[in-house]
Amino acid sequence: MMERTAAVEEAGPAGRELEPAIELAELRRDFGDRTALAGVDLRAEPGASIAVLGPNGSGKSTLLRILAGLLRPSGGRVSVLGCDLPGETHRLRGRVGYLGHEPLLYRDLSPLENLELVAALHGIDPGRAGARIAALLETVGMSARAGDRVAELSAGMKQRVDICRAVLHEPELLLLDEPDAHLDPEARRRLAPLIAAGEGRTRVVVSHDRDAAAEGADFTLELG
Amino acid sequence: MTAYSALLRKDLRVELRTLRSLPAMALFAITAFVIFRFGLDRERLSGELAAGVLIPTLLFAALLAINRLFVAEREEGGFDLIRLAPVDRTVLFAAKASALVVYLVVLELVAVPIFALFFLDSASGLLPLALVLLLANVGLAATGTVISTIATMSSARDLLAPLILLPLLVPLVVAAAGAGEHLLAEGGPDYGRFGTWLGLLGLYDLIFLLVGYATFDFLLDD
Repeated sequence: MMERTAAVEEAGPAGRELEPAIELAELRRDFGDRTALAGVDLRAEPGASIAVLGPNGSGKSTLLRILAGLLRPSGGRVSVLGCDLPGETHRLRGRVGYLGHEPLLYRDLSPLENLELVAALHGIDPGRAGARIAALLETVGMSARAGDRVAELSAGMKQRVDICRAVLHEPELLLLDEPDAHLDPEARRRLAPLIAAGEGRTRVVVSHDRDAAAEGADFTLELG
Repeated sequence: MTAYSALLRKDLRVELRTLRSLPAMALFAITAFVIFRFGLDRERLSGELAAGVLIPTLLFAALLAINRLFVAEREEGGFDLIRLAPVDRTVLFAAKASALVVYLVVLELVAVPIFALFFLDSASGLLPLALVLLLANVGLAATGTVISTIATMSSARDLLAPLILLPLLVPLVVAAAGAGEHLLAEGGPDYGRFGTWLGLLGLYDLIFLLVGYATFDFLLDD
């Protein structure tokens, strides 16, 4: 059985006693006989930006899915935004913005229809949602394609819309798996403020690109 | 817009845009009627034979939609969207079952008149039959949504849905065919045991709506 470990990291200035945004102790996740994550410890305060690095198959995406409450840990302790997972996953819902490998977008709906659906699922008032969706699409440069089917968009355009989807409900925690994937430099520049940490919003970014991930990160977590 | 209406609207909008399920369901039903007409070598059907052709044909046509019910959720991340949102996950069950009821009603609006043209002498039993079909649709949608969710989580999903679903639908088919047999009787509808069959259909609907409501949250866990 393969064993994977991660460095113990602590975010934020020493001596401050805040309730951590993320606290992991001896986190483990198995898929049958295969261990994807083992012995992961982490403590991050609200507003911290964490870069998760590691080779392919080191469990980076698995870690993000566990933090989002989408995957149950096999062992260890997981606390996210004060919710012990998996028992209190229901309290976490609506507070996390998750950007995965694949866009969480319906291909046969337009970007606008997808975002309206997500707004309804998050209980955002339709008037407020309409204004926010319009502003987000404008920010990412997708207003002109807002009515086209997602299936007709390029990979980069889908990524822009998916980032809008992840931040639409103004989450307290952003979990981003390769957010720069498929984006050109201009798009990266436009989208950077949308997915930045700060003002109480914690951010975890998974990346293969050590330099890109470390940019703006308070600390890094090495897996594998 | 509530989460329920947003999810239902999404499913109906996608179906209208792509026509992935409804045309296939209607075509299947019409083809089956043609096969029955020549296979049985009968120009007119009544009673138990009429109900025995109509109800199972609609059921098998419904399987086409049930198999596709969660394809978008599985392949396009819809399950994750629901898991991340602060909504009761049974909303997805309610929306999917409602979408399935709409598909079945549309199927029946096309298939039942064609069945009547092919096989029936009189259309006098069709109005009360609509009530039977509506109750059967609710039960079929509730059971189909639960089983489709279970099958979606499995690698043998195409095989699993019909294998688990069909035995569970036996009471529903017996009750719907029982009611239909009297409504499509030669010489006009006979309402003798109509109430009993409707009661059975209603009980089936209630049980499987409650089963779906009680279990759906757990079915969506990883």
